[in-house]
Amino acid sequence: MTATLEPQAPGRRSALTSAELAAVRADFPLLSRTVRGGRPLVYLDSGATSQKPDVVLDAEQDFYLQRNAAVHRGAHQLAEEATEAFEQARVEVATLVGAAADEIVWQPNATAAINLVAYAMSNATLGRGGRAARRFALQPGDEIVVTEAEHHANLVPWQELCARTGAVLRWIGVDDDGRLRTDELGTVVTDRTRVVAFSHASNVTGAVTDVGAFVRRAQEVGALTVLDACQSVPHLPVDLHALDVDLAAFSGHKMLGPTGVGALYGKREVLAAMPPVLTGGSMVEVVTMETTTYAPPPQRFEAGSQMVAQAVGMGAAARYLHELGMDAVAAHEEQIAALLVDAVAAVPGVRILGPTDTRDRLAAVSFVVDGVHAHDVGQVLDDAGVAVRVGHHCAQPLHRRLGVAASTRASAAVYTTAEEVAVFAEALGRVRPFFGLSDQGES
Amino acid sequence: MSSMEQLYQQLILDHAKSPHGKGLLETYEAESFQVNPTCGDEVRLRVHLAADASGGTVVDRVGWDGQGCSISQASVSVMSELVTGAPVATADLLGETFKALMHTRGEGLDDQSEDLLGDATAFTGVARYPARIKCALLGWMALRDALVQTGVTQEEKA
Repeated sequence: MTATLEPQAPGRRSALTSAELAAVRADFPLLSRTVRGGRPLVYLDSGATSQKPDVVLDAEQDFYLQRNAAVHRGAHQLAEEATEAFEQARVEVATLVGAAADEIVWQPNATAAINLVAYAMSNATLGRGGRAARRFALQPGDEIVVTEAEHHANLVPWQELCARTGAVLRWIGVDDDGRLRTDELGTVVTDRTRVVAFSHASNVTGAVTDVGAFVRRAQEVGALTVLDACQSVPHLPVDLHALDVDLAAFSGHKMLGPTGVGALYGKREVLAAMPPVLTGGSMVEVVTMETTTYAPPPQRFEAGSQMVAQAVGMGAAARYLHELGMDAVAAHEEQIAALLVDAVAAVPGVRILGPTDTRDRLAAVSFVVDGVHAHDVGQVLDDAGVAVRVGHHCAQPLHRRLGVAASTRASAAVYTTAEEVAVFAEALGRVRPFFGLSDQGES
Repeated sequence: MSSMEQLYQQLILDHAKSPHGKGLLETYEAESFQVNPTCGDEVRLRVHLAADASGGTVVDRVGWDGQGCSISQASVSVMSELVTGAPVATADLLGETFKALMHTRGEGLDDQSEDLLGDATAFTGVARYPARIKCALLGWMALRDALVQTGVTQEEKA
């Protein structure tokens, strides 16, 4: 954290000042590099992975240089310091998302976190976990509800769980604007529904979900809620206790942290009832040749050596965001979202996938350019130094629903500037002319 | 000329706009369907073989359908032109040579190889962009797979 940034008072809604934004950018060394023959980098691919501030790299390096030892074992001083750093990181992450530290389970990434829940349910279905775990057991005819907008990470594990248990997958649809059809909750979520898994914000359209509507309906029927918070935690104030979801997953690398680490959040009583998935060292109490008793959460779900340095880095990222103030981050990104939407909408022959208003949307804007494939769009932008994502963004069903095979996505983070959006807009305007298409939208 | 202009040669833009060989054959010996999972580009290609006057086997016709970026669509289009009527051995050699071209980082091949490739040398600039090489190879992979299925081409010894 640079000295110029003061911790923000809770509830602050004003965006970053230009001095604050400049100070933030100075914390990210990579942002000042050039690409493709000396062009300043315009990084608009934070939805895929964010860049990392110095404090995250320093935290990881400091851990290896000063504190490295096996955690939760050993009585020497280094082991104590390593364990403290590891557990303090858990506190930092918990604080950012409004959770208690023992409700945060380290996972390699969000995909692993969601699979952990799905496989814990499989194990419960096989009778593991005893009476407490019966709430997770599925039988043929039970239903799991997802949405048509999900990232494959919050879709495929549920398809597989259904295939293993005989449960049936159902889903909430998406309207033409890319918003979830919350009006379908009353009919799709029923007494047969055991799990409602949905994302807090779409990684394609940027649309933010009305989490309360999902949670209320799920609770009416006694279904477990699983929130994919990968796109929300880096960009919005997230209070998991207030949202009242049972479980949530998010990744470190999208929230300014390192790769190789993410988190599963679970309400204390939910995690306490969940049977383990990976078993072995570190997650046990008493082991005999015949049987084993398991440690309480979160250790029960952290078998084997953990990604300690990455967890420490994720903790530093959480602290960095918390000190900036997620209200300020969200307010800044709201301004960037408006600029991105306006920039894309202003280019002839370009169509936004998803909401064109800035209400309840993140600064992630996917679009299609008439007559030009997303790969080719990305290439022209890349030539201007602008990094965007092209393809289906791990959300094939959503693209199919919106009638396209692939799209281009510009996605921002706390360090994105209005000037960068202007460079992007200018380059986007050159795409159709480069491929010999007129500006009348005809190809 | 910038790297991007070298990538998008006029010949590539023209083929992308008006592709050759597009349309599936009714009569064919083998079909291959290839996808590029990172972007969803796909091509379905059918091949029809015939015997030439001296008893050898030639690629009589190829027909394809697909969707994707200009590089993938233009590449399968150029390939269709090059291999139509060519002996199977020549088609195999073209495929191997094109693959080699994609590993030159944009430097190009020797004159003899480039003479063989003809219009396909327009894709030399693609090799500067590792993420786009798969696009250019999609159609060639489909052709090779289809020829292997017919039994006239041996599978590569890896």
